[in-house]
Amino acid sequence: MNWGSFSAFLHMGGYAFYVWSSFGLSFLFLALELLLLSSRRRTLLKRLGQIQRLNASRGSK
Amino acid sequence: MNMLAWILRRDLLLAMRRKSDVLTTLFFFVIMVSLFPLGVGPEPQLLKAMGPGVLWVAALLASMLSLGRLFAADYADGTLEQMLLCPESLALIVLAKAAVHWLASELPLVLMAPLLGLQFGLPGDALWVLTLSLLLGTPVLSLVGAIGASLTLGLRGGGVLVSLLVLPLYIPVLIFGAGAVDASTSGLGAGGHLSILGALLVLALLATPKAVAAALHISLE
Amino acid sequence: MSKINLYKFASPATFYGLAGQMIPGFAVLSAILFAIGLYISFFVAPTDAQQGEAYRIIFIHVPAAWMSMFIYVVMAVYAGVGLAFNTRLSAMMAQALAPTGALFAFIALFTGSFWGKPMWGTWWVWDARLTSQLILFFLYIGFISLQSAIDDPRRSDRAGALIALVGVINVPIIYFSVKWWNTLHQGASISLTKAPSMAHTMLAGMLIMAVACWTYTIAVALFRVRLIILERERHATWVSELLEDAK
Repeated sequence: MNWGSFSAFLHMGGYAFYVWSSFGLSFLFLALELLLLSSRRRTLLKRLGQIQRLNASRGSK
Repeated sequence: MNMLAWILRRDLLLAMRRKSDVLTTLFFFVIMVSLFPLGVGPEPQLLKAMGPGVLWVAALLASMLSLGRLFAADYADGTLEQMLLCPESLALIVLAKAAVHWLASELPLVLMAPLLGLQFGLPGDALWVLTLSLLLGTPVLSLVGAIGASLTLGLRGGGVLVSLLVLPLYIPVLIFGAGAVDASTSGLGAGGHLSILGALLVLALLATPKAVAAALHISLE
Repeated sequence: MSKINLYKFASPATFYGLAGQMIPGFAVLSAILFAIGLYISFFVAPTDAQQGEAYRIIFIHVPAAWMSMFIYVVMAVYAGVGLAFNTRLSAMMAQALAPTGALFAFIALFTGSFWGKPMWGTWWVWDARLTSQLILFFLYIGFISLQSAIDDPRRSDRAGALIALVGVINVPIIYFSVKWWNTLHQGASISLTKAPSMAHTMLAGMLIMAVACWTYTIAVALFRVRLIILERERHATWVSELLEDAK
């Protein structure tokens, strides 16, 4: 264990801003990528569903 | 080989007919270089230090701006498609076109560069090295640029796209070109830089025509 | 026999299902490895005598930098295979890897900057490693924007493949020229990766984080390649059957 207390852990020997920004932003960006991908999947499926329904209704006429 | 001579002649003739294109590139280069002293101030020491880099970056941009002309006209009137079909090796045709592009768009810059170098207070030796480095380096720009030009043929926003594709690939030439002049002004001798530029040129001559030929096939299929 | 199998998996329809089965495994593995890696980075690896706690940034910076280079090479290999054997799927894989590679290049850039501020006193130093990382980022941007500018999927695949191959040949040339440039204009004195005393724990931490990033990349790329397959094959019957089943 490196850290005497939780606040020492957060303090990062005075480099808290740099260390936590690096890790925080990195994981934020990774999470953002996942979020964007899942929203892209949702819109794509919705659009494909719409196209299919359109084709089906056209076919039945 | 006959074909090659024919393309060289034809393209040169076309380039000469459109002198304004050649002059536009040249004046772009001159204006761009002249803007820097206005931007950073007339301090001679600073200008002397910046000169090689500024001249080289301006040459890079000017060469990039003229890339559109490399294939665009032939693409528009269908000549390029005929060239793809002709039995002569496409790589050789590409080489000829790149050579003409260099003669028409970049050789004038190379000849103008020492004059602009004077404005930046570069000493005599450095001017020689500058010209020599540009002579060795600008053909690489034409060849590498041809890859970008051929890949973006007929695309909307092709011009800006070319810059994204091609400028990162220009970096080694910029480093060794401007570095050669820097080395000579600081008394280190530019031999090493110039020989690396020569090596880059040989590499580009060997590798890029085939890549451009492949790119043309991709773009015109 | 094996040839038939390979072709079977190289068909987008089959691969769509296969990728769907593989994603959860890689995602879980990546989460576990990130947890272990972060534990090592913060609790096992001791404080550095010279750089204090700020050096812990390398546990994200170095793996991200490795990944950005590695993904570019993998992307170029996929692109080359796609170009040589005309397999659509490998071109789609190359396309699916590019955004994640660019993301890692970007992460490597700003974490390098966050490390540089306390160490060098400035946010940005034109040292060889950061500069070539920046250029790699530009190469990714070029690849992505070329592919997205071309509407015809076949041309887009092949043009992207060519520029990826040209890029991968140029990366070493660019790297060495940047290095040469940097040594001439005197290099930075502290290096991000020059390992201090406790090299072993550090290396272990960086490797585990790198593998975590790699499994993350696999999961994300598979996810993205499924979307690309769906977009491209939206007129195929298997897609409409799939949508029918999903209802």
